[in-house]
Amino acid sequence: MTTVLIAKDSGAKSVGADAVAAAFEAAGLDVIRTGSRGLYWLEPMAEIDGVVYGPLTPEDASGVLESGAKRIGPLADIPEFAMQNRMLFKRVGAMDPTDVEAYRASGGEAGLNAALAISPDDVIQAIADSGLRGRGGAGFPTGIKWRTVADTPDQQKYIVCNADEGDSGTFADRMLMEGDPYLLLEGLAIAGYAVGASKGFIYLRSEYPDAAETLANAIANAPFLDADLAGGFRFSIELRMGAGAYICGEETALLESLEGKRGLSRAKPPLPAHAGAFGQPTVVNNVLTLAAAPIILAEGAEAHQAMGTGRSRGTMPFQLAGNIKQGGLVEAPFGITLRQLVEDFGGGTRSGRPVRAVQVGGPLGAYFPESLLDTPMDYEAFAAAGGMLGHGGVVVFDDTVDLAAQARFAFAFCAHESCGKCTPCRIGAQRGVETVDKITSGENVDANFTVLDDLLEVMRDGSLCALGGLTPTPVESALKWFKQDFDKGASQ
Amino acid sequence: MNETTETADSIRALARDCLGLDGPVMEALVRINQRFGYVPPEAQAIVADVLNVSQADVAGVTGFYSDFRKAPPGRVVVQLCRAEACQAAGVEAVVKDVEAALGCAFGETRSDGAVTLEDAYCFGNCALSPAAMIDGRLVGRVDAQAISDAVKP
Repeated sequence: MTTVLIAKDSGAKSVGADAVAAAFEAAGLDVIRTGSRGLYWLEPMAEIDGVVYGPLTPEDASGVLESGAKRIGPLADIPEFAMQNRMLFKRVGAMDPTDVEAYRASGGEAGLNAALAISPDDVIQAIADSGLRGRGGAGFPTGIKWRTVADTPDQQKYIVCNADEGDSGTFADRMLMEGDPYLLLEGLAIAGYAVGASKGFIYLRSEYPDAAETLANAIANAPFLDADLAGGFRFSIELRMGAGAYICGEETALLESLEGKRGLSRAKPPLPAHAGAFGQPTVVNNVLTLAAAPIILAEGAEAHQAMGTGRSRGTMPFQLAGNIKQGGLVEAPFGITLRQLVEDFGGGTRSGRPVRAVQVGGPLGAYFPESLLDTPMDYEAFAAAGGMLGHGGVVVFDDTVDLAAQARFAFAFCAHESCGKCTPCRIGAQRGVETVDKITSGENVDANFTVLDDLLEVMRDGSLCALGGLTPTPVESALKWFKQDFDKGASQ
Repeated sequence: MNETTETADSIRALARDCLGLDGPVMEALVRINQRFGYVPPEAQAIVADVLNVSQADVAGVTGFYSDFRKAPPGRVVVQLCRAEACQAAGVEAVVKDVEAALGCAFGETRSDGAVTLEDAYCFGNCALSPAAMIDGRLVGRVDAQAISDAVKP
């Protein structure tokens, strides 16, 4: 019987993949529901013997089978896919994510087995040698974080996976959790072995119900969890849900929430590595960071170190979003330029109008003008250009965007999501909204620009955590590159 | 058994299920909210009692998270993403049409209890924006018509 791969990914389902799958099943085909390949402009798509058809409606099924209608071509020949370097996402879209035997058959558990065959210290050394840095946004060297937890003596330590992927424009964590959940669980187990933790938590945002279901199923069925592994190592994982608070993506607020409290940011020190979840030494890592560990252990630190640029090593799953013709996931080595992503992979705007601004790194990332599109995707290069790579989200805006409105939104979002613990964030965000409104309505414009500059400095330097501290980034970039948008009110 | 007692018993059972967990208050409220679609007012005292924490602690957690509704939602819950990627794809231009099509404003439940409309900030469907969640089902590339159609019985 002919087998057809159709994604069960929530994005693919959001445009009708379930109905398409039902149509192929009705036509007598063996349908395997997979993660998404991340070529979202082709979803719902079907893959038959390596050939891609899409985007499909249920009515297309017979045409696909009888006359090859809606044929795009072999997956390997689709340039936007062929140009990628799929390491983390090699299985996503290629197999049934709930099938643990398929996971093992495609190299799953090789990383954990390699880790268990060497000492915990050597595992940490391999992670350090690979150059892996935290994929959540901060880019902190993972090996140093793990070493710190390993070196902090305590009976109980924890691995906490930050799956509170709240940045607009990002969906790589979601795709990986829905499309290859065992890889993530294996990563947590490796981290647990390396630092001496017997328990892990995955803190998942409530906006991802499909990922929750997939992860819960994988946790219940993973053969390496709640089992005696080499050397008597045992590891268990508990899934915990968030409840709609963006701030809980900040690691200390996440830990508070995990402990069952209001998601208020904590002052650092103490670092979570010394006193994290329930006061115990804790590794807090992003989904993609932990998912990289099995690959590094299985394929060697050198293979990871060999890719990338400068101090940004390995591949990064970038996410193309917003007003973009070909939105989706692009896993590529660090160093690829923003222009390559937006133009070569993304095909420009969906509206067909010129690109005016690109926000990289989520709501706290900078708005870059067209002139900065040649910036390489690299932590240091982005910082030097006044932005941040963050979690790799790329949101494209065409020339109808009003950057004063986007700056106002940055403040409004911060005000909405602020935990309220520190004054610069709690009050500053609200004052920011008001000050932008005054400027755009032409009220004491010069004086209010001065107030705004002062406010941005206070928030950046005086906030307790990254929410208040980085909200100035999108605002400052809007002021720097798109000042004319703020002057509209003044000139009227 | 009347409905009030049934609700209280159900809340108590959900809270008891969390007794063995580390930091159980949040998890208990998540489960109660999932079961009822909101956190019934009587949950505060029951959760505090079962988990041996103060009512103030429970009230603090309940009030902090936007998922924890204070009142029952409408029969259909529509959440429209209004974050940057959906803005870039034009969501703000359809906001008024969505309100008109559903007959209620953001943050409100229609007077006949048929629908609740809420804003949301990212469902991770940013390559197929604008995105909405309708009764927990993600919908991509939405406009007012698509939302209105999806809400119809």
